[in-house]
Amino acid sequence: MYGNAYIDPNDKAAAMIANEDPQKLEAFEKRIAAGEKIEPKDWMPKEYRKQLIRMIEQHAHSEIIGALPEGTWITRAPGFRRKLALMAKVQDEVGHAQLLYSAAETLGKSREAMINDLIIGKSKYSNVFNYPAFTWADACIIAWLIDAGAIINQVANAKGSYGPYCRALDRICTEESFHLKYGHDNVVTLATGTQKQREMVQGALTRWWPPIMHFFGPSDKISNHTEILMRWKVKMASNDDMRQQFLNMYVPKIWDLGLVIPDPNLKKNEEGVWEYTEPDWDEFKKVINGGGPCNAERLAVRRNAEERGRWVREALNTTESKYIVPLA
Amino acid sequence: MNQNSTEAIKELLYKMADDLLIIGHRNSEWTGLGPILEEDISFSSMAQDKIGQAQAIYQLLHDLGEQEPDTVAFTRNANQFHNSQLVELPNGEYDFSLVRHFLYDHADQLRFEALANSSYEPLAKVARKVKGELKYHVFHANTWLVKLGSANEESHSRMQTAFNDAWNYALGMFEKSAFEDQLIAEGIFEGEDILQEKWLANITPYLIKAGIEIPASSNWKPVFGGRIGQHTAELSPLVEEMSEVFRYDPTAEW
Repeated sequence: MYGNAYIDPNDKAAAMIANEDPQKLEAFEKRIAAGEKIEPKDWMPKEYRKQLIRMIEQHAHSEIIGALPEGTWITRAPGFRRKLALMAKVQDEVGHAQLLYSAAETLGKSREAMINDLIIGKSKYSNVFNYPAFTWADACIIAWLIDAGAIINQVANAKGSYGPYCRALDRICTEESFHLKYGHDNVVTLATGTQKQREMVQGALTRWWPPIMHFFGPSDKISNHTEILMRWKVKMASNDDMRQQFLNMYVPKIWDLGLVIPDPNLKKNEEGVWEYTEPDWDEFKKVINGGGPCNAERLAVRRNAEERGRWVREALNTTESKYIVPLA
Repeated sequence: MNQNSTEAIKELLYKMADDLLIIGHRNSEWTGLGPILEEDISFSSMAQDKIGQAQAIYQLLHDLGEQEPDTVAFTRNANQFHNSQLVELPNGEYDFSLVRHFLYDHADQLRFEALANSSYEPLAKVARKVKGELKYHVFHANTWLVKLGSANEESHSRMQTAFNDAWNYALGMFEKSAFEDQLIAEGIFEGEDILQEKWLANITPYLIKAGIEIPASSNWKPVFGGRIGQHTAELSPLVEEMSEVFRYDPTAEW
């Protein structure tokens, strides 16, 4: 998992390159067009730096917040095999946060500042984690389908232009591919299991379908702003394209298991495009702005963890320790 | 191996496996909540080792005729567990978790080192593998104990308090079984007394470095009972939580 970073559509395109040195900007864009990676010490437009920090930071937050709904099932996982696998999976996610915070730090914002912005509600994380994981099957659906969605997003972003982020994503995607197998194996076990297990997994899919459809974000308006971000290889694929890719890869697999997707309009049309009931974007906006079932709880847990751990961090902060920005 | 030895070995294996399962479970509760990401990851890593080690020992029990590891771990009631009370206590703050980790892992490392030479070969084989993993757990515990014990006033006072709270429970790890003499005589296990003596020798230098004081031995009151199924009120909710999904449909494959 977990990130599905997206760009604020309200930013104005013109403002993005205002006050930048045109020659430097041109050279920068040429390098990107030639497929080169931008590295931390290289010149970059202010807006490029800002959008990347925001995107990577949001991705990192999604990893640690995403560890909460799944983490609650570690202590209840049924049997050694599942318990060990889930522990390893969630540990990977926290490790991804560590990698991503380091990647974002190369752009000049410290991990502490990022975590602080998270707990005061200033920066966002993936909206899906504002929903609860009611049953074991919810954790299994998350591991399969949310991770699947994240892989689509991250494989695209791994081809972006910022070196440290791309390298972190390459490693993350490799680990995610195991999570996907883990999640799929769990869902297959439940879907082909006893009556109680089948009901459990169907219930989870029904609950998680709307957040999954929300996962890639609303249709992007093709603005100059989006165009610049795509030229800079910050944004790599449109939200709708990623959603289509997801549906194409996973709907057949879900149907194969005899599970019912709660959308009567879902079908692939003659042009090979998936049609579906338009997700409720008002609900999406409400949740992203703090009105979801678990927003308050997730941030409270995170805040509490930060508070309880403060004395440990203070103890580490000795006179001989000094802050070092990671290299990449 | 006579019937009597089998019972003695089973008793030994149960207490070890149950200790590992329960401490692993407690360690895993730090997932997502550690004081820094790196520690979150460390506790999660150690939890995986502990649970994996528990599974290996339940498998040895299964080889001796007990039920499958999953059945043993996920369907017993709290009073059927043989773990020491130390491992079932809630995590508390990071200070207590760390002190417990230090006290438990030093003992465990010595236990597995001794068992690597056990006359019961299947256990010796597992122990030779496990002791390699424990080296890192002990290293982690030593580093943090010394660091936090000596960093500043607050961290020192927290660590000393946590240590005082854990101490008598830690002594309870060395509760002897009814088969103690037999295990020693047959070369299966060197016994709890020797283990405790070595443990004290190993932990003392780190405690001195950390500035943490061990209570005078005249005040030691080991908390026994765990090995014979007597537990604090904390174990039962843990066991219920652990087995919640497994018991939801006992006929199912999970």
